Amino acid sequence: MTALLETKGVWQRFGGLIANSDISIAVEPGEIVGLIGPNGAGKSTLFNLIAGVLPPTQGSILFNGEDVTRLPAAQRCQRGIARTFQVVKSFETMTVIDNVIVGALIRTTVMREARRKAYEVLEFAGLAARANVLASELIPSEKRRLEVARALATEPKLLLLDEVLTGLTPVEAQTGVELVRRARDTGVTVLMVEHVMEIVMPLVDRAIVLDLGKVLVEGKPADIVRDPKVISAYLGDRHAVGA
Amino acid sequence: MDNSFAQRRRRDLLLAAGFTAVAALVPLFVKDVYVQNIMVLTLMYAALSQSWNILGGYCGQISLGHALYFGLGAYTTALLFSKFGVLPWFGMIGGGLISAVIAMALGYPCFRLRGHYFVIATIVIAEIAYLLFLNWDWAGAALGIDIPVRTDSWLTFQFTRSKLPYFYFALGFCVVAWLVTFWLQDSKWGYWWRAVKDNPDAAESLGVVVFNSKMGAAAVSAFLTAVGGSFYAQFVSYIDPESVMSFHFSLLMALPAVLGGIGTLWGPVLGAVILIPLTELTRSFIGGSGRGVDLIVYGTLIVLIALARPEGLIGLFSRKRKGASR
Repeated sequence: MTALLETKGVWQRFGGLIANSDISIAVEPGEIVGLIGPNGAGKSTLFNLIAGVLPPTQGSILFNGEDVTRLPAAQRCQRGIARTFQVVKSFETMTVIDNVIVGALIRTTVMREARRKAYEVLEFAGLAARANVLASELIPSEKRRLEVARALATEPKLLLLDEVLTGLTPVEAQTGVELVRRARDTGVTVLMVEHVMEIVMPLVDRAIVLDLGKVLVEGKPADIVRDPKVISAYLGDRHAVGA
Repeated sequence: MDNSFAQRRRRDLLLAAGFTAVAALVPLFVKDVYVQNIMVLTLMYAALSQSWNILGGYCGQISLGHALYFGLGAYTTALLFSKFGVLPWFGMIGGGLISAVIAMALGYPCFRLRGHYFVIATIVIAEIAYLLFLNWDWAGAALGIDIPVRTDSWLTFQFTRSKLPYFYFALGFCVVAWLVTFWLQDSKWGYWWRAVKDNPDAAESLGVVVFNSKMGAAAVSAFLTAVGGSFYAQFVSYIDPESVMSFHFSLLMALPAVLGGIGTLWGPVLGAVILIPLTELTRSFIGGSGRGVDLIVYGTLIVLIALARPEGLIGLFSRKRKGASR
């Protein structure tokens, strides 16, 4: 079975700081994979390397068997990698539907088609009622969903979610979880960076835990939460011994 | 909801057709040459500002150096006609193409700059070009170029006896610039430009090639601006660096859009209709001693608009229609 996404020995150094060291992970088609770890573990760096914000110092990234290590973000999107931003980056002076149209335009240049597609995606994300509102008028949880909708409009094979569930109320987070699950059911593979363990763990098929720039463990969520190494990384050694 | 968008597009087209028809009839009633002159200039600046708006408004790359493209259009036409007898129509297209190419060549380094730094670069580059033309003997240097007078005809695009042909050309130019904007607005480019303006990083992540879309906007904008410069050369039939390339023109292209509503379809037209007659009238009332008074007028207007309607005067109209963003 060939992985949809694979990183091979990826390193990222920022001056003297090693943010990612020798990271090799794989994401299979149809999975929801959680990328977790304490603050400063290198999750966001790895996420940005996969999204194409910057090239890694060393190592390679394969998508669908193709080496995309040096491709800029726009071309990765063309190939089927879409992302959201941790700090939402809506097009504030544009309406909600126009935001999504920008994403849809990568697959078609026929405006009528892009508009139809965008509306469809908005319905999928539960934002259709807000289609003609300016993005700046949305409440934070709606903006998060707009980020996801915009990314989905590019018809990705791999959807990268950067803390889309963080900072939401439990009800909003539940809506978000449903959305991610439904996206996966349409055939999109999901790699999500998350902080909030109790929301992510029931959602993901597999979790990869980073700590200090390295892969600490990976496996089924149920095993991960009991793993002493993970507990000690999050809470300190004292708690791990107790477990 | 799909309908509301199509309806808005149709309404814009109908409005444009209505305004054009009314404008075309105005000269039948207004015979005063001075007023006709102001009308020509108003239409020309409306079109120029519309062109500026493509790069500055939609794509968000504020240029205060568009006088460069205006001047290139004027000079290309005037030089080709006076030195080689090439008809102005070819000069117009040639000037447009030259400007588009230069805009892209300048964009190559400049589009890496963001915000204020980009604005400063555009001002400086236009000033350099101004100084070069001021010292370029073959192009008339500071003395400028007198465009040789031939017979009045559409072929030579010269009309010494009447301003009406210029008026209709300016009207046509204005309509074309509006139509180009109208068409681009609902195209891939239009959406890409607005995305680039609002958030380049997010745009890039959605497959928008930010750099290329800025280059595209610059080329279209510069081409149309040069056509305006070319027209102006024929209209005044004498050009020098001061009269076609000074910073003043860069301001006069940006201000109507800013006043009327930056990045909107109607903003530049609305802004020009208010600003240009006001400028011309204050200039003529105060006369030669009042040079710079028009700048005070702009300044006052901009301050007022910034305080009352930061989105431009067009905001007065769209306020009632909820959710209408342009």
